[in-house]
Formats: sequence, structure tokens, C-alpha cells
Amino acid sequence: MKRVDRVSPRVPCAHGYHVPTGTMCPRVQGGQPTVSLSDRRLENTMELSRKDMLEIRDLSREEIDLILDTAESFKEISTRTIKKVPTLRGRTVITLFFEASTRTRTSFEIAAKRLSADTINISASTSSVVKGETLIDTARNLEHMNPDIIVIRHSAAGAPHILASLLEQSIINAGDGAHEHPTQALLDMLTIREEKGSIEGLKIAIVGDITHSRVARSNIYGLTKMGANVVVCGPAMMIPRNIERMGVNVCYAMKDALQDVDVVMMLRMQLERQEKNLFPSLREYAQYFSLNRDNIKLAKEDVIVMHPGPINRGVEITPEIADGPSSVILEQVTNGVAVRMALLYLLSGGAK
Amino acid sequence: MEKKKVVMDAEGIERSLTRIAHEILERNKGTDKLIIIGIRKGGVSLAERLRGKMSAIEGTEVMLGMLDVTLYRDDVLTTERRPAIGQTYIPFPLDHKRVILVDDVLFTGRTIRAAMDALMDFGRPEMIQLAVLIDRGHRELPIRADFIGETLPSSLWENISVNLTNNGSEDEVVIEEG
Repeated sequence: MKRVDRVSPRVPCAHGYHVPTGTMCPRVQGGQPTVSLSDRRLENTMELSRKDMLEIRDLSREEIDLILDTAESFKEISTRTIKKVPTLRGRTVITLFFEASTRTRTSFEIAAKRLSADTINISASTSSVVKGETLIDTARNLEHMNPDIIVIRHSAAGAPHILASLLEQSIINAGDGAHEHPTQALLDMLTIREEKGSIEGLKIAIVGDITHSRVARSNIYGLTKMGANVVVCGPAMMIPRNIERMGVNVCYAMKDALQDVDVVMMLRMQLERQEKNLFPSLREYAQYFSLNRDNIKLAKEDVIVMHPGPINRGVEITPEIADGPSSVILEQVTNGVAVRMALLYLLSGGAK
Repeated sequence: MEKKKVVMDAEGIERSLTRIAHEILERNKGTDKLIIIGIRKGGVSLAERLRGKMSAIEGTEVMLGMLDVTLYRDDVLTTERRPAIGQTYIPFPLDHKRVILVDDVLFTGRTIRAAMDALMDFGRPEMIQLAVLIDRGHRELPIRADFIGETLPSSLWENISVNLTNNGSEDEVVIEEG
């Protein structure tokens, strides 16, 4: 754990160095920049020719690379004084959240606003849903107000897919039940790629309640597609049977899962999704499956620690690790805005 | 059959850039307050070469930035596919600076319009000047260049491309029928 403490958001400079905003990269300091004249991103002729972003499972490796490349370029916009480009002027983005969320919804809203789109937020508690309107009726009504993109989070797996098949608008899945959370996986992959250079060949542990985690599912699809070796770890009753078929290894003890890993992804203990108590107490869970200063020593020295938030401090991760030098948890948040900007951009357009 | 004609060779490009570098320095009385910004992708390496020449002539350092204007284009959402976005690198404030915007070919003027809009988001420059290697005419907006390598009257169906190589020995400007 030799990484220095980082406070300000970092963007890759022209030379690929990650430096705090407002400071010069090592090559610029004390001299003139020797700018890299070519940008490999501009050689990418891939296109995202789809109407919706529903799941990582049906994305190709090339499509993931395109989204991450685009997001990397978008990151710079959030570091400007005027954090806005006119690209989506006149477009309307509706965020339709049937489940609680701060991070994801704020992130989508900021992303849309930085692209100059108009945003409208609807959450279940303040909408006609409380009066008994069905999802499909709500969606059909919204459709007739002519938005361009609808971002939806719903507790039922497949809800975004229903909207996608019914509506002309682009639908972005912001989490559907225990199924998928594609934008989270994309921002996780962007963070890993930035920190490690590439995802290919990395050893990545995902720890927690795998069964109920849409974050785990989307990341497993994405990371294995990108060539990582993924190991999942958690109490036996929180690991789905036959999960090996998704191309991952299973460990039931932290000491096995953390051995020589490059990345540890801790999941939030989602008490709201468990029908019955799957373990006796949070304290007992923490004893066996929390990431702490002792078991993190099993990982590689330059390991990075990730968490999709919100953190249950002291349950799945100890505060000293969450706030420690290996943690990239807040960079994940920064990258979330960039990834969502990239998606809004790539899904917009005249040719549908 | 496509016809291809080399209209400017490596030496020609080199001489043009040397002249433009001198013109920029003459007009601005040195490198004080100058910032040179290349437009992705064609303008970036030209900007870098101009910066090198100006630094060599004056013995001072000139700041160099790069700008991708895609997100400011008026056709960004109407083309068939979303264009790839390159990196913008302007890590210094532009307030009270003289910005030399550099591109390879000046055509309709729409790229320059987008570039000027983008620059305004980075501050309030004292002045923006435009340097291009080729001016091929057919402007659709009231925009003109301050420094021009060569004016090449062209037909709308012709393509003009500036091909720059890393060591500069095989640089060329070619015109071909589309």
C-alpha cells in the first residue's frame, strides 16, 4: 500500500499520466509538453448501433471498449470551470426511479445536464404509482410527452426490457431487481482500466451477497468478457448454484479469494432484498467477510479496493480500508458521471 | 477512376509553416501571451510543429493545447453514427491570452465555428487568430483565416487531405476526385 492519498479528481493528461486537476503532469513540469499527437480513440470506427442499454450480457467486447473510450474523453469536461457542452441541447432525459437511489440518479442527472439535455426526475414515492398506476401506463403517458431517453430503475428484473419493447425512446437500465446494473459495471470497468491499464488477465475478487447483487451479475458478464479472472466469494447461501457456468471461480473463505488479487470489489449487504435472514447477524457476517487491514495483505501490494456504495461501514468493509490508500471508491463515483455521459451521447442521434 | 495529385510536398509544407510561424510572431510581437491550440485531428501535429518553430525563433516557450470540437459540431447528432471523441487538453486558463487556433484545411468554416464556441468555455481570450495550411474555399459561414499556407481553389466533389508523417520527410498535401 504505497499509493499516496488522493483528494482531487484526476484526469489522464495528454501523456496518459493521472494527475490532480489543475496541476501539470510530470512531463510538463519544468518544460514544455511533448504532446502525444495521435489519439487512439479516434481510430476506433466501432459504433454502438442499439436503441437501448439494458444489460452487459448482450454487449460485445468492442462495444464495451467504445463506451469506455468515449467516457475517458468525456471525463475532461467535468474538470472545466464551465462543465457543459451543447451536444444534447433540446433533448429530454427522464429518470424514472421506482427504488431509492442517490448516487445513480444524481449521476445520470448531472451527466445529462453536462451534455445540455433537459432532465426530469420521477420517483415512485411522488408519482402516480402510489395511486396504483401500472408501470406500462406510466411509461405510455411519459412517452406522449416526447422524451428522448428514459432511465429506469425498478425492483422487478426485466422491467426496463418491457419498456424498451413498448416504447420508441431509448431506455437505459439503472438497475432492475437482482438482474443487472449495466452502468455500474461500466464505471467499474473504466476505473479498473484506468488504474491497471487493462482488464485482460487481472485477478478480480467479488465479495458479498452474490445472489441478490445486480452489480455482481453485470460485473461478472463484463469482466469475464474483457478477459479477467473473476472469483466470487461469500457465505454459501449467498452464492447461486452453478454460478461457475458464468465463467467464474467460487471461494467460500476470504483468505482463498483474496490471494494475489489485483482488484477487490466489495458488495453492499442488501438487507432489503433478502426475504428471510440469510445469516444470524451482521456482526457474524463482518467477522468472516469484511475486508480489513489483515486480510487485505493477502492481495497484491498494488491492489485496488472498490465498492458500488452506499457503504455499510464496519459490515462489508472497515473504515480504514474504505478510506485508505488502496480505495478507489470515490473515483468510481467520478467515473460514473463520465460513463453515463458517454452512454447518453452514444444512444442519441438521428439514425435510429 | 480516382485521380490523385500531390499539390504540396514535404519541403513546401515546411516552408509554409516557417513563414506562418514568422507571420504569427510578427503580428503578435513575440510569444508573450500566445497559446497555440491544434484542432483534432489534423491540426494537432501542425500546431506542434508551429510551436517548435516559434520557440526556436524566439527562444521562448509557447503553450500548446489540443481541442476536439466534435461535441460542439452542428451535425453531431445528425450523422449516421456518433463520431468518436478525442481528448481535449487545455489545462491552462485562456483569459487574456492570444489563442492561435490551428487546423489543416479550412473548408466550410463549421469546424472553426465549433472550435470558437468550445474555446469560450475555457475562458475569455483576448483574441483568437486562425492558422491553416490549406484554404480550399466554399465557406458556409463568415469565417476567414489570419494565416494561410496555401490557397487551393477546389471543387466541392474533390477531397483534399494533408498527410503528415512522424519524421516529416514524406509529408504531402493531395487532392483527389471523390
